[in-house]
Amino acid sequence: MNRSLQAVYGWLLLLPALVLLAAFTHYPALATLWHSFFSTPRGSRPARFVGLENYALMRDDPVFWQALWNNLWFALGTIPLSIAIALAMALWVNRNLAGRGLLRMAYFTPTVLPMVAVANIWLFFYTPQYGLIAQVMQWFGAAGPNWLGSRDTALPALMVVTIWKEAGFFMIFYLAALQTVSPSLREAALLEGASRWQYFRRVLWPLLMPTTLFVLVNALINAFRLVDHVVVMTRGGPDNASTLLLFYIYQVGFSFWDTSYAATLTVVLLLILAVTALVKFRWLDRRTHYQ
Amino acid sequence: MRRIALKALAAALAGAFFSLPLYAQDKPVEVEFYYPVAVGGPITKIVDDMVAAFEKDNPGIDIKPIYAGSYQDSIAKALTALKGGTPPQLAVLLSTDMFTLIDEDAIVPIDGLAKSEADKKWLGGFYDAFMQNSRTGGHVWGVPFQRSTIVMYYNKDLFKAAGLDPEHAPATWDELVDYSKKLTKKDASGNVTQWGIKIPSGGAFAYWLFQALTTPNDAILMNEEGNQVYLDKPAVIEAAQFWNDLSAKHGVMPRGTVDWGTTPKDFLEKKAAIVWTTTGNLTNIRKNADFPFGVAMMPKAKRGGSPTGGGNFYIFKSGTPEQQAAALKFSQWATAPERAADWSIATGYVAVTPAAWETNKMKKYAAEVPAATVARDQLSVSVAEFSTHENQRVTKSLNDALQAMLTGSKTPQQAMADAQREADRILRAYR
Amino acid sequence: MTRKLDTLGAWLLGLLWILPLAYALWAAFHPPAYATRFELLAPLTLENFSRAWHAAPFPRYFLNTFMLVTMVLAAQLVLSTLAGYAFARFEFRGRDLVFMLVLLQLMIMPDVLLVENYRSMSLLGVRDTVFAVGLPYFASAFGIFLLRQTFKTVPRELEEAARVEGAGPLQVLMKVYVPLARPIYVAYGLVSVSHHWNNFLWPLIITNSVESRPLTVGLQVFAATDQGIDWSVITAATLLSAAPLLVGFLLFQRQFVQSFMRAGIR
Repeated sequence: MNRSLQAVYGWLLLLPALVLLAAFTHYPALATLWHSFFSTPRGSRPARFVGLENYALMRDDPVFWQALWNNLWFALGTIPLSIAIALAMALWVNRNLAGRGLLRMAYFTPTVLPMVAVANIWLFFYTPQYGLIAQVMQWFGAAGPNWLGSRDTALPALMVVTIWKEAGFFMIFYLAALQTVSPSLREAALLEGASRWQYFRRVLWPLLMPTTLFVLVNALINAFRLVDHVVVMTRGGPDNASTLLLFYIYQVGFSFWDTSYAATLTVVLLLILAVTALVKFRWLDRRTHYQ
Repeated sequence: MRRIALKALAAALAGAFFSLPLYAQDKPVEVEFYYPVAVGGPITKIVDDMVAAFEKDNPGIDIKPIYAGSYQDSIAKALTALKGGTPPQLAVLLSTDMFTLIDEDAIVPIDGLAKSEADKKWLGGFYDAFMQNSRTGGHVWGVPFQRSTIVMYYNKDLFKAAGLDPEHAPATWDELVDYSKKLTKKDASGNVTQWGIKIPSGGAFAYWLFQALTTPNDAILMNEEGNQVYLDKPAVIEAAQFWNDLSAKHGVMPRGTVDWGTTPKDFLEKKAAIVWTTTGNLTNIRKNADFPFGVAMMPKAKRGGSPTGGGNFYIFKSGTPEQQAAALKFSQWATAPERAADWSIATGYVAVTPAAWETNKMKKYAAEVPAATVARDQLSVSVAEFSTHENQRVTKSLNDALQAMLTGSKTPQQAMADAQREADRILRAYR
Repeated sequence: MTRKLDTLGAWLLGLLWILPLAYALWAAFHPPAYATRFELLAPLTLENFSRAWHAAPFPRYFLNTFMLVTMVLAAQLVLSTLAGYAFARFEFRGRDLVFMLVLLQLMIMPDVLLVENYRSMSLLGVRDTVFAVGLPYFASAFGIFLLRQTFKTVPRELEEAARVEGAGPLQVLMKVYVPLARPIYVAYGLVSVSHHWNNFLWPLIITNSVESRPLTVGLQVFAATDQGIDWSVITAATLLSAAPLLVGFLLFQRQFVQSFMRAGIR
């Protein structure tokens, strides 16, 4: 097929997807950036151009910095752990252990439950005095802390919920990858007297690198995208100890109705995600080992 | 031939033109009505039935009730719809949302629509405590519909076990501390198994419970224009100190924030002997408590009192005059004494007019459930709920400050000073 | 020995993981008084389910959600196939740049762009419809990315063989590429369905009436109210709304895992 015909076909095939993407992703993103340079219109007062004033306000806003800091900690806390647990799950399920099918189901179930609903169940787990964790701790004679009501434990409590929800989903990807690893590799390693740990570190881990990267990017995006549990369990409290960036954006945009400030915060979120994308596609991709 | 055809055409057109008003009359006035659900029970069905009954009496009006989620969701939906160009014509939203709605140019004053003598009498027939959140700038902006106050629930069995008179709830702050100390029980390892008192401070409600402490201490937190707050006055700091002391000094309340949603359950599970929460919980507690309990007004410091709470009817500017009139009619119908009584009995909210309490069904209910009258009796000393311009933002600063205090990261003085400074910064533009 | 440790470890983790669901089952089948008390001989009841069922029009919500995920998946499959094919097998100027722009959507989800998208829906006049809930998601960068990758691995010989038999580009797509990408479609379908079945924020904003609301928004009515949390009803409602997905996964988990395997998602 000659080049111009290829171009025609190419663009035509792309058109429906492109139009929708432009309408619901690119255009709104640009509109958001645009609105961040204006003040919020209120009732009869129209929006006026204010340049970088919103950004200055953001710089001076302690809640923004808290939300950003929380989100970074949140990412740091949930991503390595969920990947590690997902990998462990996959490794276990891959072996012929007793009750494998049930195990797989147990690990994957959190994914099919809506976060809005499970957050309420976790609320019960964390309730002091008669919540599940409190009851268990009472068997051991200890009184549990006020998990969701103390500054030190609110964010970690949410991290646990996120890890619980995500690990099973990532497990599936690892499982699929593991099943493409030829068993002869394992046999060869055994023959050479390699221990399980050595086999894992030298053979499996590099082979699983592409999957790990894929899961890593997913987990990173989810760390910034999933805020349903914040909405249900803590609403960002106590005193912003568990607020996350997207939740703050939702609060500013749909509670305070300060749409231009919400746009400004969104720009920051978009930047973070864009940097992540860049890192993934430029730097990390070059350093992985593909089969 | 042509002339006859033209004449026939003209006659047809004239006939059509003159029948238009008749046709227009046949088309009912449509009113979109957003309502929240904040209490348990088949509220959606009750609202649907209410609307059906109204439409039977008023065939020219077609109300479309739209369930909009919680109070927070409802205001979010209403304003999103407004900004997207398709707002409702009528909504039940928090009484504290008034300034936000005015600033967004979303609503019309009720007194502008209620012009006849009957209308004025209706508007004047509500409890004044409820109307305080409807008035600003010389106008009335909202009509009380599902309102509440904070009340104190206490476990009579636990009172008896602690050697206290189960028919006498703590009436002053000193009594409260004293009783709570006696009601706090620890186990062998020193962990508390039963708290004397729990006052919720988590989520978005800390400020409301705070008012149950500032009002008795004779402090008002904001002005009627909604552009000034008084958070660092000595009486307010005293109230904050008292709240903090309950957990920090007297050890009768847990440290950290107390979740709003689980507090009623805490009470039912006998983990707390006294809880402060909305009167709207009465039906739930009545149904599920396996112990005798009492309901009492807020303990006094310098006086009694509680903030009011709950939602008002608001009529939106975007409606045509017919729609606004129809919306007004529905709100009048829904707050008529019989209907207000029905709503109160079904949901647990306080019936909003004295006339509603005089109806037979309400008198019967009050006799069966005397606890339901506590909130009503408290109205004479109740004040407006905290509400200002940029309400959500200012309230959040106050909530954050209270939570910072209760989790031990700020002293009451520091917390209130910070909240005042933040609120001043936000409200400067409105003065 | 290590095998025993493995089994123990795996089972311990599994038990921990299933705990919330187990609690949901406990609380949903026992009366509210036992929601927080774990007494073995507590009476069983179906009343919570009946209360949950009557508190919200579940049949309608199920229908809406089912329509939503089906519509979204169908649109996503079609659009991603076409676009992935274009990126994989056609040479034209600006292709790589456009691909970068497409990938942007991996990061910028419609959830972040609520107010703008709401305005667009109003302009289009489709506010408060199931269509409006799904529309922003029809074009899926993830789907396009996956299919482009998959199509790239299809050997050229197969395409040439079809060409020789006189097939045009679209026929080549349908006869050669699509069948080979079937595992990808299944895997992607799983991801898409479970994501949109549980999506909450956007549907909350864009829907008003029972006719368009999906399950997650309908579940809101059980969320923490002035009356405090009633775990019995919430868990009953949760089980009701998650049942189809749970049952589906139970029945088809082997197929799903296998399709992920063959999809070779990396």
